[in-house]
Amino acid sequence: MKTKAKLIASTIAGLMAATIAQADTELTVYTAVEAEDLARYAETFNAHHPDIKINWVRDSTGVVTAKLLAERDNPQADVVWGLAATSLLLLKSEGMLEAYAPAGVEMLDPKFVDKGETPTWVGMDAWVASVCYNTVEAEKAGLTPPTSWKDLTDPMYKGHVIMPNPNSSGTGFLDVSSWLQMFGEDGGWEYMDALHENIARYTHSGSKPCKLAASGEIPIGVSFAFRGAKSKADGAPLEIIVPSEGVGWDMEATAIVAGTDDLEAAQKLVDFTVTKEAMEMYNTGYAVVAMPGVAKPVEHFPEGLLEAMIANDFEFAANNRASILKEWQSRYDGKSEPKG
Amino acid sequence: MAEISSTLPDGPTIKGRLSQDDIIMRFGMVMIAVYLVATMVLPMWTMLSKSFSTYHFDLAGYELQVSDDDGAFDGTILTPAALNTELGVVEPDDLTAGSDSRMGLTQFFPDFSFRSPVMYRVRNTSDTGRFLVGSELKTGTDWLELDSNTFRRVQMRPVKSTGLGNFVNYFSTPALFNSIKNSLFIAVISTVITVSLAFWFAYGLNRSCMRYKGFFRLVAMAPILVPSLLPGIALVYLFGNQGMLKELLFGASIYGPIGIVIGSVFFTFPHAFIIISTALAISDARLYEAAVSLRSTPWRTFWTVTIPGARYGLISAAFVVFNLVITDFGLPKVIGGQFNVLAVDIYKQVIGQQNFEMGAVVSVVLVVPAILAFAIDRMVQSKQVALLSARSVPYQPAPNRKTDNIFLVYSIAVATFILGILVICQYAALIKFWPYDLSFSLRNYEFDRMDGGGWGSYFNSIQLAFLTAIIGTCVIFFGAYLVEKSNGFKTGRALFQMFAMLPMAIPGMVLGLAYIFFFNNPDNPLNFVYGTMAILVICTVTHFYTVSHLTAVTALKQMDREFESVAASLKQPTLKLFRRVTVPVCMPAILDISIYLFVNAMTTVSAVVFLYSPTTTLASIAVLNMDDAGDIAPAAAMGMMIFYTNAGARIIHLILTRKLLGRTQAWRAR
Repeated sequence: MKTKAKLIASTIAGLMAATIAQADTELTVYTAVEAEDLARYAETFNAHHPDIKINWVRDSTGVVTAKLLAERDNPQADVVWGLAATSLLLLKSEGMLEAYAPAGVEMLDPKFVDKGETPTWVGMDAWVASVCYNTVEAEKAGLTPPTSWKDLTDPMYKGHVIMPNPNSSGTGFLDVSSWLQMFGEDGGWEYMDALHENIARYTHSGSKPCKLAASGEIPIGVSFAFRGAKSKADGAPLEIIVPSEGVGWDMEATAIVAGTDDLEAAQKLVDFTVTKEAMEMYNTGYAVVAMPGVAKPVEHFPEGLLEAMIANDFEFAANNRASILKEWQSRYDGKSEPKG
Repeated sequence: MAEISSTLPDGPTIKGRLSQDDIIMRFGMVMIAVYLVATMVLPMWTMLSKSFSTYHFDLAGYELQVSDDDGAFDGTILTPAALNTELGVVEPDDLTAGSDSRMGLTQFFPDFSFRSPVMYRVRNTSDTGRFLVGSELKTGTDWLELDSNTFRRVQMRPVKSTGLGNFVNYFSTPALFNSIKNSLFIAVISTVITVSLAFWFAYGLNRSCMRYKGFFRLVAMAPILVPSLLPGIALVYLFGNQGMLKELLFGASIYGPIGIVIGSVFFTFPHAFIIISTALAISDARLYEAAVSLRSTPWRTFWTVTIPGARYGLISAAFVVFNLVITDFGLPKVIGGQFNVLAVDIYKQVIGQQNFEMGAVVSVVLVVPAILAFAIDRMVQSKQVALLSARSVPYQPAPNRKTDNIFLVYSIAVATFILGILVICQYAALIKFWPYDLSFSLRNYEFDRMDGGGWGSYFNSIQLAFLTAIIGTCVIFFGAYLVEKSNGFKTGRALFQMFAMLPMAIPGMVLGLAYIFFFNNPDNPLNFVYGTMAILVICTVTHFYTVSHLTAVTALKQMDREFESVAASLKQPTLKLFRRVTVPVCMPAILDISIYLFVNAMTTVSAVVFLYSPTTTLASIAVLNMDDAGDIAPAAAMGMMIFYTNAGARIIHLILTRKLLGRTQAWRAR
């Protein structure tokens, strides 16, 4: 009922906005934010800027990135609002983004702002790796809950762990790059060699491992905290584990596409995305946001998540992405014969 | 006198004059041929050229200067290429790259330390050169001075060239080329199983007197109405780790070849069944009588009469099934686990890694077996000769309780398999939270809460199906008419026939990818259709052109060309004849084409997966995306919605055909 009321309210608001100002500016905004949040985001923005209409183009992270890269010579988007920072770095290195320091950027945690002289992108919220652990199925299989990444290589978990394929999933890549940063290059690959022995299979998407853990298909799913909290709220017998070594993360971030028709409107939008109000808006779903001191605890999120986030080197991740994925593929994708 | 006749001037050379009708018809044919060129030949050509577009690191494209410890430069200019010949840090193979590759520069300086006071200068030698400092893109040929801590963040970017590099790369990556083996393996196994199962099923329906034939015929056709990923979802519920029947697999995993093969048998069964059933339906009873009078055993008769009679059907069915399995994308995506196949590789390369060039290479690799299978099938079909002559006596099976019962039991088993898959999906769709909360709920139908575009994508699919059916039928039937009934212009017609046959040989994934390359190019005047419903309609019509074209041609061949002559002598324009006579007479075929296009537009995944946009999401793609995100039950729910819609469309089609037959085909009965 509540969502319906919201939907009606947003439709009316949208209609009103459309009727009030006919000759408004319109911005084409590419995003990977969950579909259900988009109307809310646009509505909050329009409360401040009723004259700017947002036309959303939404898809999963991989698809949006592919789309932006494919449109390199003929960009269709004005602003990217809510795409993984590693993807934005990729776009930045193609020279596709317009540098801009939004008003109030100094209020953000520096971790969440591009290191360039004038930042090219600014962060919104973090999206943190976690392990989803199905207590019912694990008990049936006689497993004890792991507390660290290293625990997951215990032969006890053979065939009971599932993780996303980094070649198709942003979450999967975030795990791999965090292990390489935490355990070092050699230690990271050694760790993955050992983990590979226990992996039942690699999924295409990052949320699927947690959903499979929730449905008991595979008891342990390497996924991200946000997904786990949602499944838990749906009634799945899940425990969300934050491995003790620390967890990888990526952020959703915002940037202006170079060559936009309406730079002024685009800047207004980016200004809005770093306001306290916007941060509170992100906080509904995400426990960690870019502005310190704003976030309130989100239901079902594990404790100690913020402290466990590693000092992620996004540049390392973006610049080594191609070679890491190639190495991963030759180690695990080719050799992994079907079990059975 | 004789001289006079010899001086008579030469008469004008006699030349057939094109009537206005001929001009209209040729113009129409050229228009449709241009359509096929623009929507198939050119995109495929673009894709082929993309597969030869390679990237490599050009070590000679950069110049470097290194200072002494005080930061003073002596002006010596180094290039990475010269340093590499000296040190040999990078093998020539390592220089091939993807569009997204980077390579650091510090490896060319063995004594590099990021703490040293040494300064570095770096520049491109040409205006097209590119390198990164961190993630800042640097172009142009100006020197850039960096301290050593920043210098270690310098990354070279590859330059574009043309060559076989992508193919070399492909065949030297075991993870990639193993897929060829995997794809062929599951295609061959699935083909053998499907063709054997379908043969005995068709044999039972055509050569025995068992009961409920109509029912079994109907059930056998059901898999055509669902997307190929649906059996995969059912198999997860049946044999997955929480599956109802997982003990039957004795510990083997359904995720992998087992699952792909079972699912492939399900979705290819109707295709094999139709072809084999047609081959078995016609046979000459006199051959069997001769066999009996020669005292041949039933076993021998089977091998010497039945099988040779049906051999073209069997071979054709085998190649059709092989082609369907090797080009299918949805099923291995859902149930393939770690078992890589070519069609999924294309998707992974393009969507996962944004490596469009490698996607094009895998596409080229996938086209080869598909075209081969297609070519062999066409060759076999052209050898098919009439088995029935005017003197033939149609074979009538005689009742035989024992064999009839065996066939009944067998058919029940096959029907149970097909219906079981569908029932499981419907059941799963209605369960609240498998396996922890088995109460019924409609929660999984709240598609708007999931990825994939919600209910909107379902209505988009219906729109696409209607548009494809209407536009496709018009274009294809009219095209077939022009080719079949126009005069002269032989080369043009032959060329058109070839274009019309090609789409069948091109896998959907490949067509979809080719469309990205072709239509997403800003220089292409057709660029505006990219991301719209129009491109989905165009792609689907082209993808399913061949079968529809053949149906139309067969129907048109039954009409005597005398009709055109009579119309011409009565001075009636051909288009009027087309409207008043040809279309009504061919109405059953036209309806068949439209239902074929409708059903396929509802279920297709492979061709449109690269082409949908956020405003044109489709139900079949939603099934894929929801399964991808782990929402398996809603995926099953959406899959069943497609099934019901297609079943409904089929029923309406049946009623319409009956009615029309009554109204327009009365002339067939005397």
